[in-house]
Amino acid sequence: MPSRQPDARDVAPTVQRLRMHYAKRGRLRFTSHRDFQRVFERAVRRAEVPIAHSAGFSPHPKISYVGAASTGAASEAEYVEIGLTRRCDPDAVRSALDEALPTGFDVIEVVEATGGSLADRIDASRWQVKLLGVDPRAAAQAVAAFLQAESIPVERVLKDGRRVLDARAAVVRLAVDSTPAEPIGLRTGVVEPGEPDGCAILDMVVRHLTPAVRPDDVLTGLRQVSESIHLAPPLSPLVTRLAQGRLDESGRLADPLAPDRDAAAGSPHEPTV
Amino acid sequence: MTSTLDHAQAPESLFPRLEPLLMRVSKPVQYVGGELNSLVKEWSACDVRWCLMYPDAYEIGLTNQGVQILYEVLNEIDGVLAERTYAVWPDLEALMREHDIPQFTVDAHRPVGAFDFFGLSFSTELGYTNMVNALSLAGIPIEARDRDESHPVVIAGGHAAFNPETIADFIDAAVLGDGEQVVIAITEIAREWKNEGRPGGRDELLLRLAKTGGIYVPRFYDVSYHADGRIAAVTPNREGAPAKVSKHTLMDLDQWPYPKKPLVPLAETVHERFSVEIFRGCTRGCRFCQAGMITRPVRERSIDTIGAMVDAGLKASGFSEVGLLSLSSADHSEIGEVAKQLGDRYEGTNTSLSLPSTRVDAFNVDLANEFSRNGRRSGLTFAPEGGSERMRKVINKMVTEEDLIRTVTTAYAQGWRRVKLYFMCGLPTETDDDVLQIADLARKVIQAGREAAGSKDIACTVSIGAFVPKPHTPFQWAAQLDHHSTDARLAKLRDKIRADRQYAKAIGFRYHDGKPGIVEGLLSRGDRRVGRVIKQVWLDGGRFDGWSEHFSFDRWMRAAEIAFADQPVDVDWYTTRERERDEVLPWDHLDSGLDKDWLWQDWQDALSDVEVEDCRWTPCFDCGVCDTMGTDIQIGPTGRKLLPLDVIR
Repeated sequence: MPSRQPDARDVAPTVQRLRMHYAKRGRLRFTSHRDFQRVFERAVRRAEVPIAHSAGFSPHPKISYVGAASTGAASEAEYVEIGLTRRCDPDAVRSALDEALPTGFDVIEVVEATGGSLADRIDASRWQVKLLGVDPRAAAQAVAAFLQAESIPVERVLKDGRRVLDARAAVVRLAVDSTPAEPIGLRTGVVEPGEPDGCAILDMVVRHLTPAVRPDDVLTGLRQVSESIHLAPPLSPLVTRLAQGRLDESGRLADPLAPDRDAAAGSPHEPTV
Repeated sequence: MTSTLDHAQAPESLFPRLEPLLMRVSKPVQYVGGELNSLVKEWSACDVRWCLMYPDAYEIGLTNQGVQILYEVLNEIDGVLAERTYAVWPDLEALMREHDIPQFTVDAHRPVGAFDFFGLSFSTELGYTNMVNALSLAGIPIEARDRDESHPVVIAGGHAAFNPETIADFIDAAVLGDGEQVVIAITEIAREWKNEGRPGGRDELLLRLAKTGGIYVPRFYDVSYHADGRIAAVTPNREGAPAKVSKHTLMDLDQWPYPKKPLVPLAETVHERFSVEIFRGCTRGCRFCQAGMITRPVRERSIDTIGAMVDAGLKASGFSEVGLLSLSSADHSEIGEVAKQLGDRYEGTNTSLSLPSTRVDAFNVDLANEFSRNGRRSGLTFAPEGGSERMRKVINKMVTEEDLIRTVTTAYAQGWRRVKLYFMCGLPTETDDDVLQIADLARKVIQAGREAAGSKDIACTVSIGAFVPKPHTPFQWAAQLDHHSTDARLAKLRDKIRADRQYAKAIGFRYHDGKPGIVEGLLSRGDRRVGRVIKQVWLDGGRFDGWSEHFSFDRWMRAAEIAFADQPVDVDWYTTRERERDEVLPWDHLDSGLDKDWLWQDWQDALSDVEVEDCRWTPCFDCGVCDTMGTDIQIGPTGRKLLPLDVIR
């Protein structure tokens, strides 16, 4: 009588965990987190990375995703952790995965995990928001009003209905960028002839709360406190995550891979820097 | 010959104008392209440019094998480029119209109107309104007669193009049959004509295409009608246009191992797998099945080509599932070896194999076991199609009740828990009783299954849809069942299944109402007069007719009333009317190779419950295809083995 359970078979154990820092650029900003998951799993297969799998009826590759940027947002700082059945050189895995992923999902760094949880090293993000067709002076006024407010309730539709979030509480830092630097891979020249040619760039650090306050919610808050009608951009804002990490006391974000990198640098097999 | 190249200046990418709108639409990723294995060729380095469309949403269209194959075949040719476009959802359509952005390709976001050819692949007639909408969004006049030199030549292909008469107003040409070779022939003809400086303009190009005998150009044919609405004659109106246009048949599939590099989308699509067509054509002779009739004869891919394609396709894509496709995959002469050897090769790699379209026999359960050894074991699907023994004789689906019970018993005994059974409602000569017998059958299946499994934890799902008579089949003369009768019959079956106290809980029931089938029937067996209905439906907002949330039966009926106001015909005339033997059918001048007398004889056999065997294993029945088309059955076994491969584990 055949069993209804899958055949007992050897599931190769995880012998190494790697942490990957990657970017989501250009037109790939429109991918959702689920899209990335599928693309990444296929890239792992194509790159012949010896990924570990869970046991059971439908084995899953051991991949953990950490707080992905939402659909429409580009990112310079996304993180994934993978489990391998065979030890691999992190840098070789970096180039193999970068090669196997479509242009726009660019692998920046791969390090060996040395313990601790990646999620514990991330509690805030730094975002850049380009408001095409918005006068930077109008944006600066709104930012000032925003920062002065004690709380700014904004409404958002979530899965379980309408929720009111405090946009102000999540914002650690908010400024109009005076020296706009073009983030890598972000398309330029979107402003069409005849459109207002102004462009305000916001730089913000937002804490990860539950439910999450997104850059969009901060924009909603800015529009609420702003007297200026010009803050409603004629085109959708271009949002890019610049960094993720743990907020230190000075309001800076600590690189979440730094402890792993330091440990690798300190290991006897590697030359110390 | 770069001097004769036209618009060598590449049209600018529309993406910069599109991007700011994409945040405002659902699933924007479907419009950005960037699929693995897609490519963008340099515009000015090419002199023949194709835009290919599968006229449905991206999530359906991207997976279409026909478009993927032609995309790759064309792009492999020097100086030829092919890009793809899909139907845009109404939210983006509204923004595109507001911001004046034309229909674009997802590869380089070029305007569809800038290409030489706009080729559409139709698997279903319900994509016709999406074609009209795409033409309109592209800025191409929707009616062929209004187009000039500056517009692409619009060509239809695919199974639903075997009767292109209903879309004759909108297309410049149609191609019947396999596209791999004819798309190259069309490209060569166009290249030569362009290099000669486009003598005679668009008309001359179309005439050169028509003269090949295998490309149908509707404008070169006149249709005349009897007073009662029937067609009197279809006659060529140009010298060189053949009286009959032939279908194309690709022989030796081993020479055409496409897709070699499957497109892997960023977006989620309906099939996340690498599909290999293991053979083309089917001679089982199911009388309702248009695909089986128009794709004759059977041409198998050999086991080693299949093995090589699977290997290359998985490496190029990273997919973890392989689908072995065909109209009846278990009929491949070496399917047992294919399944076993692929199973051996990918053992322990988390690669799963699937075999859609299987017949009802116990052998298929063994196959399914083979296929599921590297993956999960969920459900098995079988298609007896007809509910009663008599119905199955009428449709020539040679499955007995014992076959079915034996098959599902084997499946349940071997650990499968769920079996799906497909049926049709509204088949010729069918009565309520034929359909109600489905409930008895399902009851016996569960009864036998519980015994075999030694458990009550088994289920069976009955799925049933309305039958639509199709051109080029023995049922092309049949009366379609009206939607009221279809719905009433299905309701009776539902009540009977639910009333079964002992088994109702174990039997699932899925059915579709009869209304979409009537529209499909109108479009399938219609003639040129139906084009006005399609246009009217599109004007009235009709899009995505294959989607229940967008389909509106009332819109179609309203449009038909307007379009047929001055005609002696109506929707019933096209659908529920049985045709006489001597009636000129709208597609009689389009040659699928099937002899009309043979089809008629088969129709008569159907009416007297006479079955016909499969010509792969019995002598020829003179259906006409091989004689007319100069083709032959190509089947194994080859006896060859797959070479061992080094597979990543």
